[in-house]
Amino acid sequence: MIVAEQKPLEDIIRMVRPYKKVLLLGCGTCTTVCNAGGETEVAFLHDALRMAEARAGDGRREYSEATLKRQCDPEFLEHLTERVEGVDAVVSLACGTGVQALAERFADLPVFPGVNTSFIGMAVEWGVWDERCAACGDCRLEDTGGICPITRCTKGILNGPCAGPKKGHCEVSPDMECAWILIYRRLERLGQLERMRRYYPPRNFRPISRPRRIVGKAGLEARGSHGDVTA
Amino acid sequence: MATSLLEEKLLSGEFVVTTEIGPPKGADVSGVIHHVDLLKDMVDAINVTDHQSSVMRYPSLGACLLIKERGGEPVLQITCRDRNRLALQAEVLFAYSRGIQNILCLTGDSVDVGDHKDAKPVFDLDSVQLLRMIRTMESGVDMAGNQLAGAPKCCIGASVHPEADFMEAQLVKFDKKVEAGAQFFQTQGVFDLAAFRRFMQYASQFDVKILAGFIVLSSAGMARYMNSSVPGITVPQELIDELAAVEKGKGLAKGVEIAARFIRTIREEGLCHGVHIMAVGNESVVPELLAAAELVGVHR
Repeated sequence: MIVAEQKPLEDIIRMVRPYKKVLLLGCGTCTTVCNAGGETEVAFLHDALRMAEARAGDGRREYSEATLKRQCDPEFLEHLTERVEGVDAVVSLACGTGVQALAERFADLPVFPGVNTSFIGMAVEWGVWDERCAACGDCRLEDTGGICPITRCTKGILNGPCAGPKKGHCEVSPDMECAWILIYRRLERLGQLERMRRYYPPRNFRPISRPRRIVGKAGLEARGSHGDVTA
Repeated sequence: MATSLLEEKLLSGEFVVTTEIGPPKGADVSGVIHHVDLLKDMVDAINVTDHQSSVMRYPSLGACLLIKERGGEPVLQITCRDRNRLALQAEVLFAYSRGIQNILCLTGDSVDVGDHKDAKPVFDLDSVQLLRMIRTMESGVDMAGNQLAGAPKCCIGASVHPEADFMEAQLVKFDKKVEAGAQFFQTQGVFDLAAFRRFMQYASQFDVKILAGFIVLSSAGMARYMNSSVPGITVPQELIDELAAVEKGKGLAKGVEIAARFIRTIREEGLCHGVHIMAVGNESVVPELLAAAELVGVHR
């Protein structure tokens, strides 16, 4: 899933300062799961903004709250049409895609990001998420024992470790395991070390020349989780 | 015919001595010139580091040109940290066109360990791919397969860490560098001769020249700093104790003594093909170290 973290409160205050009626808009998918932008965080942000304004003697703003199931789907955005009437600005707690989807749908409405979109990752323990996928468009996990060197090696190199690790950890952080040592150990365990001994040529960066587009309509009916449009 | 003076020396079977200088932080190259003049006739080649430890400095290529102008034999260090494949290829073309043919191919330290931590890390290629890139260019085409008007010819080297944290994985990389065409290796700093002997048992099966790298320690504090902050390097406690036991101001002399002791041992045992001396900021002591290691007059 996409992992994000809330922006510092002072940044959000700075963004909404010129506006009177502000909608705080959560997202019910990724940013809910990573505790950065769901219904709960919208309520917390609302309280935090109120308290900050009270302290600063600046209580002239009117906030409202809402959370969509997903901000990145145009279908869900339609449910907002009435909610945004009379609103001066929206602070979106969705990922960067959600913020942009809002901006595209509501041409006259200023939209601000309430979170920093960080990465695609997973929870490794309660409240801790680690990056696992760089969305490079050219997956090579079959050769690396299911451990991604592009994401988990700080240099994203393809032919084995650099000389930097100490005690199994990356030169940039004693908290980060060396991806290539992990890959070696896993391939050894699987009896597939020959995969690491192969030469891997330089990456092809064309799949990620930005912005990317995927067209996947062929033979698919609108159904399943992507087709059932319910708020 | 050998590609460069360094290649000629490597092929001669004689003991090879190289050292390195770090370019200045700024445009004042008087220190580089001073060190080049001091060292160029005492060693077989002088490496120039490429933004060592990811700290922005005068370019390696510029200092290599100074070495060349003053009659020395430069080794251009190129890392993959700051340039994509277009810039890396252009760098090789430029170096070759100006008579710089020895190239040490490195991945490079992370941006995070340096002084421009906000910079974009490039790493379009890794060290193995960089070695292959140069071999491809020597065949007359660039990486995209386009013809070159004038192909470079280089003597290429790489780095290996005989005391790496997890040697098995490191040796896989070493094999790939040999396969990619590395002719010589300058190792990371050696502090543990037992580990170096084990590495040489493995490496001696390949037709490549190994120059053992020695870092000249200058104090116990510097050794501790390297352990905490320099990627991959671990100075053993015995050496830190040895440095800590000398009176203040005598650390560098002790460091020279330690390095000389190591160099004499590896030469007596015929462990490898030469040494690479890294004085990290104390280049002026290299002549003294060469004398203490009984390496004066060994060079070309």
